[in-house]
Amino acid sequence: MLTSFDPLKGKRLQLLDEAGRLVKGKFPPLLEGEALVAAYRHMLRARVADDKALLFQRQKRIHTLPVNRGQEACAVGSALALGQDDWLVQSYRELGGLLVRGATIRNHLLYFKGSEWGSVHPGHPRILPLSVPIGSQITHAAGIAHAIRYQGGQEVVLAHFGDGATSQGDFHEGINWASVFKCPVIFFCNNNHYAISLPRHKQTASATIAQKAIAYGIPGLQIDGNDLLAVHAATRAAAEHARTEGPVLIEAFTYRMGPHTTADDPSIYRSAEEEAEWQPRDPLIRVRRLLESQGLWDDAREEAFRAEAAAETDQAMREVDELGETPVDEIFAWQYADRPRELARQQADYEAFLKWKEAR
Amino acid sequence: MPAMNLVQAIQSALDFKLADDERVLVFGEDVGHEGGVFRVTQGLQATHGERRVFDTPLSESVIMGAGLGMAVAGLRPVLEIQFCGFIYPAMNQLVTHVARMRNRTRGVFTVPMTIRLPYGGGIQALELHSESMEAMLAHIPGLKVVIPSTPYDAKGLLISAIECEDPVLFMEPKKVYRAFRQEVPAEAYRIPLGKANRVQEGTRITLVAYGAMMRVARQAVDLAAKDGLSVELIDLRSIYPMDTETVLDSVRKTGRLAILHEGPMSFGVAAELIARVNEEALMSLEAPPRRICGFDTIMPLPMGEQHYMPTPERVLFELLQLHSFPE
Ligand SMILES: Cc1ncc(C[n+]2csc(CCOP(=O)(O)OP(=O)(O)O)c2C)c(N)n1
Repeated sequence: MLTSFDPLKGKRLQLLDEAGRLVKGKFPPLLEGEALVAAYRHMLRARVADDKALLFQRQKRIHTLPVNRGQEACAVGSALALGQDDWLVQSYRELGGLLVRGATIRNHLLYFKGSEWGSVHPGHPRILPLSVPIGSQITHAAGIAHAIRYQGGQEVVLAHFGDGATSQGDFHEGINWASVFKCPVIFFCNNNHYAISLPRHKQTASATIAQKAIAYGIPGLQIDGNDLLAVHAATRAAAEHARTEGPVLIEAFTYRMGPHTTADDPSIYRSAEEEAEWQPRDPLIRVRRLLESQGLWDDAREEAFRAEAAAETDQAMREVDELGETPVDEIFAWQYADRPRELARQQADYEAFLKWKEAR
Repeated sequence: MPAMNLVQAIQSALDFKLADDERVLVFGEDVGHEGGVFRVTQGLQATHGERRVFDTPLSESVIMGAGLGMAVAGLRPVLEIQFCGFIYPAMNQLVTHVARMRNRTRGVFTVPMTIRLPYGGGIQALELHSESMEAMLAHIPGLKVVIPSTPYDAKGLLISAIECEDPVLFMEPKKVYRAFRQEVPAEAYRIPLGKANRVQEGTRITLVAYGAMMRVARQAVDLAAKDGLSVELIDLRSIYPMDTETVLDSVRKTGRLAILHEGPMSFGVAAELIARVNEEALMSLEAPPRRICGFDTIMPLPMGEQHYMPTPERVLFELLQLHSFPE
């Protein structure tokens, strides 16, 4: 599969079209029946949580956060292609993928309310905390994959990043490293067409991002990032290749349907017509159609599951609402393995102030 | 005189220099069409065109390195790094080239470049959106570091920065961006780099602050006055070069010194200033100087941020301690 979609020839992998029909071709979908239902549920759960989080931000219950809408197939499809022991190196727009791997909606909200505990997931799955400096995580993925190779492991690393990240040195340096050392890593670019206000065509003069792989001597392919089945199948194939041969670059062609973050106003830099054009390509719609055509889903199930996810998110928010501020000791406790004298003194001074303040 | 907030004052300085000097180019991530994530450059592209004000690809390293290239080729780049916490990919260029070019070429090639850098916390932002790394930057020989605290100062300092023959980091306190307005002349004026401003006279303690901490300092000075303590307040304005004279004059009078900044305490601006005062006015000191700073930790996420950011009350506490020394 990896070589059948030459990015220089403008090829793009699609397995499920916008109407929810399977595309006939060489590559069968790898998600069917109940597995496909489960995948759809992950997407829907992420969508509901994402929509609600936006609302909670407007209610000032959490702070600024990125918006996932439109990119659920990328996050969920790629994460579902991983095994339990594989690594997810996230950017910050992969909520669905986090949920697939056992992270919770509660932690998502907790992080954006402003607690470091939001990055600590139940059971400590192999998920690095989100990465704010654009593209920096790409090099971490190369290093984890290097360690896997060194330790003789069979795991792979999935690294997510945006189209904007491809302008950073870390993108090129990380892929170059992984290619030289044949590290088992999948570089997954969520080309959502914008880096805040900058459109993709102003980010790079390359016709595709996938073709950048050619320069590093590794396979690169462009896929329909709003097609769950294509994302999943491509990531699976890439994981196989990564384990045996080395890295792969996947460019998922998608669209950020919402604002960059809750602090962003897309109307400044893109038209309502453009947004409307992408509406029917919503990644959830086509999976739902396919499932419905197979009798695996219907309005009642949709409604019931949405209600369930909404209740879960509301409950999570209520729990997070209840939490008080970060205890003073935690601010000092986690910076070093031990507590250097300097920090101990700063803490003592600060606590003396708090005492004084209370007594005043 | 028009009333302007910090954003408008900076905009007005940029607008003036763009019109005044065609060597000036303004660029960075999202600064062109959108006018920057804080809208500081809003409208400048419409007025001065896409050749003068433009969006760049998402790479701080090339923004800084290309800035250097433009500067040695005769332009006066004014570039924006979107947040202080994102300057790190550009540090290589900044330290290894920008700061060194004049000295290495004995003045043949120079870098008259201004780097605009929104900084500072207390805004409940995402990770790496609240840093205050002026000490790290001021530690690099060859760079000037300026931090205005008011709209008036910002306009005058920014024009001076753009006209400066050396690279200047112009750090903008985000928390002050829209915090208040002040009368700012519509026409151009200049405030020299490297000059502090004594904003309030007092007799018992000298308090030095800058940037967003100036508002905290003013409130603390008012609180202290209620406790009968007279504090002299100095706005440093420029971190490098640092106006030691103004501080020394004040300390010789008051005998007590406190320095307030939100960046981490160790190896910070306060430490440097105390060293200078020790060197030149040790005998005037009646008490060990006090540092009121951020901790030697990363900036806590919003649920813990209030502990990290110095507050007027915390400053008051420290001032009272300083005043009561040696008890
Ligand atoms: C090194 C760095 N520079 C700037 C920023 C500010 N910033 C946050 S997101 C963003 C755009 C990222 O675009 P892209 O990589 O396409 O990812 P997307 O947000 O579209 O998912 C920018 C410039 C940052 N986080 N890190």
